[in-house]
Amino acid sequence: MKKSYIFGIIVIAAAIMMIVSTAGDASSYVTFNDAHDMALDGNNTKIHVVGELKKSVEGEIIGLNPSDDKLSFTFIMVDENGMEQEVFYNEPMPADFKRSEQVVVIGSFQKGTFVADKILMKCPSKYQEETVI
Amino acid sequence: MIHTTIGDIGHLFVIISFVAALISIFNFYKAEKSPLPELQKGWLKNGQITFLLHGLAVFGIVITLFTIISNHYYEYFYAWSHSSRALPVEYIISSFWEGQEGSFLLWLFWNVLLGFIILLTNKKWAPSVMLSFAVVQAFLSSMILGVVIGDFKIGSSPFILLREAMDAPIFNINPDYVPEDGTGLNPLLQNYWMVIHPPVLFLGYATTLIPFAYAIGGLWKKDFKGWVRPALPWALFSAAILGVGILMGGYWAYETLNFEGFWNWDPVENASLVPWLVLVASIHTMITYKKSETALKASIILVLSVFLMVLYATFMVRSGVLGESSVHSFTDLGLSGQLLLYLLSFLIVSIVLAVVRWKHIPSTEKEVSTYSREFWIFMGATLLCLMGFQILLPTSIPVYNSIIQSFGGISNLAPPADQVEFYTKWQMWFAVGLAILSGTGQFFWWQKMKKSEVKESLLFPILITLMISALIIVLAGMTNIPYIILVIAAVYTIVANAKIFFKIVKSNYKLSGGAIAHIGLGMMLLGILFSTGYSRTISLNETGLLLTNSEEVEDNFNQENIPLFINDPQTMGEYTLTYRGRFYETHSGGYVKASYLEDTPNENFKIVKREIQREDENLIKGDTLEVYGANHYYKVDYLHASGDKFSLFPRAQINADMGGLISSPDIKRTLTKDLYTHVSSVPDPTQEIEWSEAKEMDVTFGENFFLNDFVTVLEDVKRVEEIEGEKLKGNDLAVRATIKVYGDGEDYILNPYYLIRDNMAGRISDENREIGVKLNIENIKPESNTFTLSVRTTQKDYIILKALEKPLINLLWIGTLVLTFGFGMAIFRRYSEFYKMKRKGLE
Repeated sequence: MKKSYIFGIIVIAAAIMMIVSTAGDASSYVTFNDAHDMALDGNNTKIHVVGELKKSVEGEIIGLNPSDDKLSFTFIMVDENGMEQEVFYNEPMPADFKRSEQVVVIGSFQKGTFVADKILMKCPSKYQEETVI
Repeated sequence: MIHTTIGDIGHLFVIISFVAALISIFNFYKAEKSPLPELQKGWLKNGQITFLLHGLAVFGIVITLFTIISNHYYEYFYAWSHSSRALPVEYIISSFWEGQEGSFLLWLFWNVLLGFIILLTNKKWAPSVMLSFAVVQAFLSSMILGVVIGDFKIGSSPFILLREAMDAPIFNINPDYVPEDGTGLNPLLQNYWMVIHPPVLFLGYATTLIPFAYAIGGLWKKDFKGWVRPALPWALFSAAILGVGILMGGYWAYETLNFEGFWNWDPVENASLVPWLVLVASIHTMITYKKSETALKASIILVLSVFLMVLYATFMVRSGVLGESSVHSFTDLGLSGQLLLYLLSFLIVSIVLAVVRWKHIPSTEKEVSTYSREFWIFMGATLLCLMGFQILLPTSIPVYNSIIQSFGGISNLAPPADQVEFYTKWQMWFAVGLAILSGTGQFFWWQKMKKSEVKESLLFPILITLMISALIIVLAGMTNIPYIILVIAAVYTIVANAKIFFKIVKSNYKLSGGAIAHIGLGMMLLGILFSTGYSRTISLNETGLLLTNSEEVEDNFNQENIPLFINDPQTMGEYTLTYRGRFYETHSGGYVKASYLEDTPNENFKIVKREIQREDENLIKGDTLEVYGANHYYKVDYLHASGDKFSLFPRAQINADMGGLISSPDIKRTLTKDLYTHVSSVPDPTQEIEWSEAKEMDVTFGENFFLNDFVTVLEDVKRVEEIEGEKLKGNDLAVRATIKVYGDGEDYILNPYYLIRDNMAGRISDENREIGVKLNIENIKPESNTFTLSVRTTQKDYIILKALEKPLINLLWIGTLVLTFGFGMAIFRRYSEFYKMKRKGLE
């Protein structure tokens, strides 16, 4: 066999491995319900959940709880299906966390609590909020 | 008054540039395809004129838009949404390209300059190369055309008026309303790197068109070999500029953003890196072709792919397809259809042209030997492409989702949860491969070696490599096997290329560009490895308790942040840290403590509350001080165990564009490592304070008591004739108490007033945010010589801080410079080749 064929096969094999690895490591957007089911099945892959902070009728945020040393906090998040879930985040609360309109948490369930490794916040941008006057 | 004329002129220029580009396409096509040389000359002349006209129109657009921005014509949407009156000149320039339209304009501008250079320097290739230029320019100028036909919108004009862009009620009352000020440039971009990073990056993008245009021209004219020579120096130039542009972005991110590094694997960053990797691969195959007539087909495919990748990146970044997955994609202007058309047109033309001509492209059937230089270079180029492919696959996840959704499917694919880990596990081994190939490849390149000689010539560099690596591994105490392998590989490429360098520099220094660039690569790899792999969190706090209502979550969370309360020293590794309060940076330079200043309605102006001694001037009470109001700095004193002392000022910026408080680090740089510090959380300085319920306490002169845990003493109470500069009237009577609070490093004075006016008691409180105290004189009791103070408290000022050590990061920056210098040498060499050819009349 020609060397260039061997070479070609190796390159294609590498490319296929990359595709498989990407497909395997890609996360997904799910609801808390699905995430919970996944955890019960022993599936610990990290997933994305999109939702909002829980608010009272008056618009006050409910269930936001910084730790005594302020180095971590928990909050209650309502996902797109309206399910409430306590989320723990092992980082200090970002200063503008309370203002966020939408949050995306990336993490997994650990024995009943959703532990977030990363939180992405969407805050009101000036294009939506501001008008000329 | 609304300046409508200037916008009309600008719009006219846009239309001229678009039409002139279209006519240029026709002219250059004719110049290539006409049967007679005479006719060709005539059409080329026409093409030159129309392209010149196009170029002048583009300059006209640039000047018009710049005039609008710099004269603060806020009746224009672009000026209003990207600039403001307070911006200094250099940031007025960067507000020019903050928006999509401006950055398209920047691209157009560079293409015009590059097109002029091609027209001036290369006669033989001018028509076919300029044809591609004209097509690209037509597409780009259509992006800012701003023409609406029915429901169909072509381009988004930078010259639309605010009243056309916004549906605000004010315009119903007064259509000629002009806002006083613009909404300003995103404060994060108000940084000197952001003045030069975008133009450099776009010059890099723009230059990728040149090798592409030569390759397309070569395929079209069936001159399959001739295009490589003129394309190569441009490819080198492009790689140098694009590389520098990307690294500038990384350096800016390292200095300004708080993700603790220079690379975040964000889709926008990846989209710029992938074309660069393929570009470098194409340079390698082109060089091989020049030397030994192999790899021509590979060169053509790679050169075409580079530009297509740039178009794909443009599509991803600007069409809104990335959506939430990137922090810095542009706002969607509804141009996705146009962008897609731009991408697909070039993709289809390239594929069709390559397929049609494929059979005619000469190739060697000779089997490549493992001991040939072609083999090694080809391996290197392949590896570079695989690197790019691996990055592109997950970066395109949002694109897969939108493709599936556009066919009615549902796709909930998200990017990998831990991007850094995901990319690293592949890219690290690629880096090892690159280092080994670039070290060994160079030996095969400069000396034809037989099997038996290989061992001989490689033995010496390998021995040196092992010695140096062993030293590094022992000194750094490395135990991680993959890291050790990477160190050995990187040292190997440095050593091997250094040996080559010394050999060739003696004979002809012009040829040393490759060796220098590869040394730069090795240094960059070492810098990346140590600064990321051995980045050490020094604010580690292993005593942290997990806060959760459910007890089941395991509690082995290590905390990587430490809380610092004002003036309360904390030990952190070898350092003792003390937080000294919030500061503002003044326009004249230096920092002033926020608690010494009083706010005014304009956040950039503060009134001095007390006398402040500074190095060069003294500030007097009542002075107005100009500061950068959006930036809050937190002074942290570092005391090293060895007695070294320094202060860092990490920043939190109130950034409406990014929707909140953005934290930026401060970095203590030393030769061998950077100490990187940022605040993870601070009390929001713009929020009202929530004070506790008032508590009353009776105090007397000289008696110590506690206020919010601080020892406090009532020093005196004096009758005063004025309160804060305002004279008392008639029968008014006022006293001022001086209360001293002993902080740990600084004493605070609070001055509440007690006022009697028209038989009524009035109280003027005083407060200090740092110590979290607000107090009133509630009552005066002469019979017992005591004063009743009413005290409200709050959390005393604090920050939560994270500090990391980044060893050897300077190797990355120096390596980049070395790499760029290597590229520069290679460009110089290839340019002199071109110059000789031109003198012989061959190009």
